[in-house]
Amino acid sequence: MNLKFAALVAAAMATALPAMAQDLHFPSLSYRTGAFAAGGIPFADGYADYLTLLQERDGGIGGVPIRQSECETAYNTEKGVECYESIKNDNPLIIQPLSTGITYQLIPKVTADGIPLHTMGYGRTSAKNGTVFANVFNYPANYWDGASIAVNYLLSQNDNDIKGKKITLLYHNSAYGKEPIRTLETLATKHGFELTLLPVDSPGQEQKSQWLQIRREKPDAVLFWGWGVMNQVAVQEAVNVRFPMENFIGVWWSGSENDVLPAGDGANGYKSLAMHGTGMDYPVYADLKKYVHDAGKSAGAGDQVGSVLYSRGMYAAFLAAEAAKKAQELAGIGAITPAQMRDGMEALVITEETMAAAGLPNFGFPFSVTCANHGGEGYGLVQQWDASAKKWNLITDWIQSDQEVINALVEEDSAAFAAENNIEKRCN
Amino acid sequence: MFYRESGDFKTTYTEDSQTFPIKFDRIRYYAVLAVAFGVIPFFINDYWANAVFVPFLIYAIAAIGLNILVGYCGQVSLGTGGFMAVGAYAVYKLMTSFPEVSIVIHVLLAGGITACVGLLFGLPSLRIKGFYLAVATLAAQFFLVWLFNKVPWFYNYSASGQISAPERDIFGIILTGPNTSASAKYLFCALMLLALAWLARNLTRGAMGRRWMAIRDMDIAAEIIGVNPLGAKLSAFAVSSFFIGVSGALFFAVYLGAAEVGESFGIQKSFLVLFMVIIGGLGSIFGSLAGAAFLVLLPVFLKNVLVGMLGWPTDLAAHLELMIVGALIIIFLIAEPHGIAQLWRHTKEKLRLWPFPH
Repeated sequence: MNLKFAALVAAAMATALPAMAQDLHFPSLSYRTGAFAAGGIPFADGYADYLTLLQERDGGIGGVPIRQSECETAYNTEKGVECYESIKNDNPLIIQPLSTGITYQLIPKVTADGIPLHTMGYGRTSAKNGTVFANVFNYPANYWDGASIAVNYLLSQNDNDIKGKKITLLYHNSAYGKEPIRTLETLATKHGFELTLLPVDSPGQEQKSQWLQIRREKPDAVLFWGWGVMNQVAVQEAVNVRFPMENFIGVWWSGSENDVLPAGDGANGYKSLAMHGTGMDYPVYADLKKYVHDAGKSAGAGDQVGSVLYSRGMYAAFLAAEAAKKAQELAGIGAITPAQMRDGMEALVITEETMAAAGLPNFGFPFSVTCANHGGEGYGLVQQWDASAKKWNLITDWIQSDQEVINALVEEDSAAFAAENNIEKRCN
Repeated sequence: MFYRESGDFKTTYTEDSQTFPIKFDRIRYYAVLAVAFGVIPFFINDYWANAVFVPFLIYAIAAIGLNILVGYCGQVSLGTGGFMAVGAYAVYKLMTSFPEVSIVIHVLLAGGITACVGLLFGLPSLRIKGFYLAVATLAAQFFLVWLFNKVPWFYNYSASGQISAPERDIFGIILTGPNTSASAKYLFCALMLLALAWLARNLTRGAMGRRWMAIRDMDIAAEIIGVNPLGAKLSAFAVSSFFIGVSGALFFAVYLGAAEVGESFGIQKSFLVLFMVIIGGLGSIFGSLAGAAFLVLLPVFLKNVLVGMLGWPTDLAAHLELMIVGALIIIFLIAEPHGIAQLWRHTKEKLRLWPFPH
């Protein structure tokens, strides 16, 4: 026992020595193991590869070298805590846990420690309200936007009338899956559709009874909030009960190649939301190939390049890098601190020109972050799987979520959080 | 040489029946306490508190609780995760409903509420035994998780079903919430563990513990010599659930700060605590601590060595960590089926004679 403690002390001393901030530390809380690794691996690879590209091609950001670190969370909140504690004194510029559960834990912690947290398209939706959540950002879109975009898409498919239609939400029975319920309930009263909720317990390998219910009730559309192994199972089950795939719409976390490939041709026509473009038709891939992949510096096995979640990881890294640039500009120095990074994120403006300059033209919807709005304007796309070409195709233009409904809900939920935790509103 | 019994004369009954009758053992015990309360709190930082000590102390409380039920009373339970969830949700409801009451009282009350729930789920143990009881407690696990997912009142109608611990203090020292200092967290959990371990030790060597052990060893014989199985089994369930409830409350309020029932208190938690008890040693307080230390510290230690020192890829290290911990558990159970506590007893025997062979 005593020997083990001594060794543990030595190990922690070795890792916990704080480095002086002469570089930009971008930590990655990834999960390459466990039931959610199918989603975690491509995201982590995309995130790391884009930052490696900046380091190799431009020598870092603003002339300051980038330092990356990775910590395995396995989508587990306890390991997430351990990871956060191990990096928090090492000047982490931005924390992206890619897990709603870990996000909920970190929100109070990062606020106390002054570290910015970016939860891109996941996490606590009401963190959009920057007047309450100073250190938390969830641009460019959030779960409630996703739910509303899906409903708006259904409206556009049905001549703006979905009164009396039956819509089922099939969701991961966790904070992640429960997030859209409140929005969908409000939208159900507004548009007059009938909402059925079908929870699936984590990790989601067992969905037979839920799909039996779907087969019996024949809903007009199934909205789907799944992640990890749950996605593949759901698509396969939908094929098994011969549910019409074009009425099956997943959120952006349920729309990657890993989710539809196992179901083969049956998955043809499955739709999902998207918050950015996909595929390899972007100039950035030429540079990635030259400076990262061919140089043998790819993260992971290097087999995820160009997939939907790889693109998303890349998008997250791109937004982080742009925020760092903005922060350097505002602070007037290169080696920025987490607090300065936060200011940079709050002043972030993404235009078509910034995306094109980074080799990602028309990749996402242009947006700007303000002190009060940390969540963007809520634009998304719908993509559809083509099983014969093994390719996701974008089938709509940018759809905006119902801002009136969502802003009211955000206001309500963040006010409750502010009251619970005695937070004074900012941005006056 | 060490642990010598000769020359250590006892002149009163109190001395004779003390917890650590051997002088060296006693000194060692006070030394551990002195380090735990006199040294560690001054040197502890956030990483050590949140990644190492606080989870260890909290799991140790849960392991002691389960050990009372499984190790001392012989009633197998797979409902630990569910009972921890009861503790966590009870303390959450109490904290948010009565913010002016001290958090220490809330934690103990949460333990009390869990004891009542445990009592309820302990009732079937009067009719069913062994594996069948394990299945009945498994039902408790799934029912409780389902309940806390289903009824929004338990999580104060929050949008995502997450519960978050608000900031609470005692005498101005913050104990929950993000601004808690590492030493406050550590000391609070350490004091709780000390008090509960002391209670457990004294319960198990008193009349109540003897009744539990009689039931464990042979329930019919115990009944014939006058042990009331109703009282013995239900008291074991109640005391055990109290401990587990306190650990669940601390787990949520002090350690994690936010939790959702399926992820934090699922069936894996029940197995984890049961493994701690089995690896540590059934029917031993020290075994509970050793088992908790083994399963909490080893993964963190391996991660720091493999990723932090050797610089291996995180996924490789994570997989290897699972394999190493799994292999160690198997080797352990083959080499010493009675757990770390038995190993410790052997060591003590050896140390008594050392350096002489006989």
